[in-house]
Amino acid sequence: MKKLFSKPESLTDTDHKYCPGCGHGIVHRLVAEVIDELGIREKTIGIAPVGCAVFAYDYWNFDVTEASHGRPPAVATGIKRFLPDRVVFTYQGDGDLAAIGMAETIHAANRGENITVIFINNAIYGMTTGQMAPTSLLGMKTTTSPFGRDPKLAGYPIRVGELLSTLEGTTFLARCAVDSAKHVLDAKKAIKKAFEVQLAGKGYSMVEILSQCPPNWKKSVPESLEYVRKEMMSYFPLGVIKDKTKA
Amino acid sequence: MTTKRLMKGNEALGEGAIQAGCGAYFGYPITPQNELTEYMSRRMLEENRVFIQSESELAAINMVFGASVAGARAMTSSSSPGVSLKQEGLSYMAGCELPGLVVNVQRGGPGLGNISGSQADYFQAVKGGGHGDYHLIVLTPGSVQELYEMPALAFSLSEKYRTPAMILTDGILAQMQEPMEAVKIDTTRDENRDWILDGCKGRAPRKIRSLLMEEGALEAHNRHLQDKYNLIKTQEQRYQLINEQAEIMLVAYGISARVCYTAIQEANKKGAKLGLLRPLTVWPFPEKILQELALKVKAFLVVELNAGQMVEDVKLAVNGKTPVHFYGRAGGACVTPGEILKEIEKI
Amino acid sequence: MPKIIIAQNKCKGCELCILTCPKKNIRLSQKMNKKGFHYIEIIDPDKCNACGLCFQVCPDVAIEIWK
Repeated sequence: MKKLFSKPESLTDTDHKYCPGCGHGIVHRLVAEVIDELGIREKTIGIAPVGCAVFAYDYWNFDVTEASHGRPPAVATGIKRFLPDRVVFTYQGDGDLAAIGMAETIHAANRGENITVIFINNAIYGMTTGQMAPTSLLGMKTTTSPFGRDPKLAGYPIRVGELLSTLEGTTFLARCAVDSAKHVLDAKKAIKKAFEVQLAGKGYSMVEILSQCPPNWKKSVPESLEYVRKEMMSYFPLGVIKDKTKA
Repeated sequence: MTTKRLMKGNEALGEGAIQAGCGAYFGYPITPQNELTEYMSRRMLEENRVFIQSESELAAINMVFGASVAGARAMTSSSSPGVSLKQEGLSYMAGCELPGLVVNVQRGGPGLGNISGSQADYFQAVKGGGHGDYHLIVLTPGSVQELYEMPALAFSLSEKYRTPAMILTDGILAQMQEPMEAVKIDTTRDENRDWILDGCKGRAPRKIRSLLMEEGALEAHNRHLQDKYNLIKTQEQRYQLINEQAEIMLVAYGISARVCYTAIQEANKKGAKLGLLRPLTVWPFPEKILQELALKVKAFLVVELNAGQMVEDVKLAVNGKTPVHFYGRAGGACVTPGEILKEIEKI
Repeated sequence: MPKIIIAQNKCKGCELCILTCPKKNIRLSQKMNKKGFHYIEIIDPDKCNACGLCFQVCPDVAIEIWK
């Protein structure tokens, strides 16, 4: 008998603290599988964010450091510039990446830092139990937008990939989802491509992954998958946003 | 053989850091420390080392965090408002036990203040500065020569104790040109860096973290940090003492100590017995020598370019045994030797 | 016949695999694991063709498939 599907080496056996149905665990596994397949586990340094994925260092079986809220791109810059032959990636949520850390995000991208950014967009602050995020959809009810996100009060959800695509420094930008097996497999392809871009020294790569957050969305798991498909995907379209390697 | 040359404080500090093996420098423009960032932008590239003009002081300190994680002698510099922005990163570095060097070329505050030299960030530098119970190792150079030599000591202490260090200087010293000697800098490093993240080849993966949620874990970590700080306190108090037999002892560091030198010379011409205790570390604070001096001198006069900050530490060390007086000027103003002598007359 | 190993104590009963299985061959057990979740079980091992889609969507890496 042959093992067809099992835990990749780059994941530890530690149980995830994530809520049932959360997409983080899936993406952790995809990152680990890609790192295994590329044979780079022993030269990879990951950066865990502040947010739900704050414990990511417990789940990955390679070197991982924490970073203060929003600063993973700066920390990644410091590591990668000093050790350019290592593989460096950040793993960040929407609050970390697109609110408090937007300056670091934009400038790391603009410098064309040869790093990979894995961006989980679940349109909400999960760890702090459901406040409005920079990517919360219009009308979305959260604990800090109890009447629904009103653009007059809180502006509009930010399409990070499209925003970064205007910067000359970015090489590969894609948006994926983990609401279905097909999308999970697509996400893995994009993550692999992003790491390959870094390995080839081609510069900044970012994969945004739309993820469900059933408890903070106050939805069942099936309802939250429907929300990803109907509401999120219509505002945040899936696909490759920019691929300079093809130019 | 070395020869004397004329150098500006900011540039001497930069060259000293380079000679000390600084592998990565990250900076953001702010007066009066710009010459340092400018100097590094040229010299670090010449030496094939890492230089980035960051998008902010927040980014700069977190780049230092990253480079330190990766094993570099990493450094950033700024002036007061920018150093305020770095406090969060410094707290994380202290929590994660990462070495690194931050230079504060102090200017007048609070707020945007002005761009004159000042010593108003003393509390911020020695009491922690960011959130949580921690200390930086804080060195206080008093000349362009010391600005050149102190980065090596700062890196070395920072690595020895795995905690961030600060060089606390000011806009006057940093802008001053003085003859200095490019003495040979000791670049010896502790080679046992079994905590850095450089990929887990041939070893178990490492994690760098300050988040400790398990029952009792954070308290245990804090106890460990305090043990380390207590060790630093016993081992690393540094100072210079002038006229040990003086009746009145001035206490001042950095630029205010320079003014005190002149005051002492003038006072001694008139036969007054005036001395100076110049802390070279303000954390750990040289409290042992202060306790000894408290039994000998009639009074202390603490001179600072602020409204009275280090004077509190002097009072804590002296603990009521001897009167402690204060003279200072805030808001970027500088004391003069004449003003100090007038204060002495009042005692 | 493939062998499906379910790490019962890792499963949080989120049902993503149940919603995904093309053969509708997964259900929640009546029993609970040590975390207090009803964990998943395969209804009919003979019906499973080891497509692995359940593995792909499992956030807790609770499923291992051999063939």
